[in-house]
Amino acid sequence: MSEDHHDHDHHHDNRYSAMQARVKALETVLTEKGLIDPAAIDAIVETYETKIGPRNGAHVVARAWSDPDFAEWLDRDATAAIASLGYTGRQGEHMRAVFNTPDTHNLVVCTLCSCYPWSVLGLPPIWYKAPAYRSRAVIDPRGVLAEFGLTLPENKKIRVWDSTAELRYLVIPERPDGTEGLGEEELAGLVSRDAMIGTAVAGVPA
Amino acid sequence: MNGPHDLGGQMGFGPVAPEKDEPWFHTDWERRALGITLSCGAFGAWSIDESRHARENIPPAEYLAASYYEIWTRALEMLLERHGFATRSEIDAGHKQLAPSTPKRILTADMVTGVLARGGPCDRPVETQPLFQPGDRVRTKNVNPVTHTRLPRYARAKSGTVEAVQGSYVFPDDNAHGRGENPQWVYTVVFDGHEIWGEGSDPTLTVSIDAWESYLERV
Repeated sequence: MSEDHHDHDHHHDNRYSAMQARVKALETVLTEKGLIDPAAIDAIVETYETKIGPRNGAHVVARAWSDPDFAEWLDRDATAAIASLGYTGRQGEHMRAVFNTPDTHNLVVCTLCSCYPWSVLGLPPIWYKAPAYRSRAVIDPRGVLAEFGLTLPENKKIRVWDSTAELRYLVIPERPDGTEGLGEEELAGLVSRDAMIGTAVAGVPA
Repeated sequence: MNGPHDLGGQMGFGPVAPEKDEPWFHTDWERRALGITLSCGAFGAWSIDESRHARENIPPAEYLAASYYEIWTRALEMLLERHGFATRSEIDAGHKQLAPSTPKRILTADMVTGVLARGGPCDRPVETQPLFQPGDRVRTKNVNPVTHTRLPRYARAKSGTVEAVQGSYVFPDDNAHGRGENPQWVYTVVFDGHEIWGEGSDPTLTVSIDAWESYLERV
């Protein structure tokens, strides 16, 4: 970050510029030692910027909404059902799908670090990794949901899943009304990343 | 350990503040930090459990002030030093001074797709039968280890119900410290909100954790 970058928060800028130097130094040392391949870093970044993201998870949800056999498989063996659509790998090795119902809303958190189903949602957003969400999701989920603009009926049960082991959770939102005629691709368009974490519900057709 | 990472139920961090249309990365060094961390993980010199424990060992004031990729980077530096891949002096200088330890594997660009698609499964067979079954009432132990654990503080000494036997997995409390994988059965245990948070808690709330068998005792 350049010296003349004066627009808002200097503390933030200084911290970022110190980290830029620190990470650059680390990459240089490790490259000089032959321990890392900068082209591998480029490939990792490209994978997570272009190939692995919440469209994967939305595809899973749309298939579950469209195909009761797939939904049953997803409930019984989410890892295999999701792998059948081509989504496998790092931070998705052991998947569980949890289904919202008229009675119960599911919300996923990792209070201890930032465990998140990368293979179906991509890299986690900053708020998911930050103390405000990790601290409050388990004690005040309705307060947290309100900050996402989601107010649930008072009698709806809230089930919070703290990802303390290596199971990674994907929330399957309820299928919205009025979507009977839609195909998988249109259905997937109604499923946001947040709906698959549980901080939102599925969208409604325009 | 009762470290800064164990955040469940803490207060005072303010609103969640989700960012609209958040980019994958906010600055270029975050891209490099992700790629370097994953590349060094491929050395095979430490487990995900050891790296989580390294992050937990960042002093609380620093941990809570750091962004997540900063936490990752600080922990990675600790691991590189501990395992002989780089010294503090080299990292500070930004140049090689000594020959490093030899890793089991160096991740090259052509390996990335395969490595990410395989991931690192950590289910392992065990010879015992599960001690608990769905529906069993259990209590989490009251423990405060100075070492790594995945039993959060808010869920210690609490009574709940086993909902599912999830399989057997590497035991992080041992594996983080090089004591072997020592797999155990893992259970999803559900607690009423009131059991955890007491008076005034949300009556519609239940919280579950995934607990290794040795975290639990029968009630």
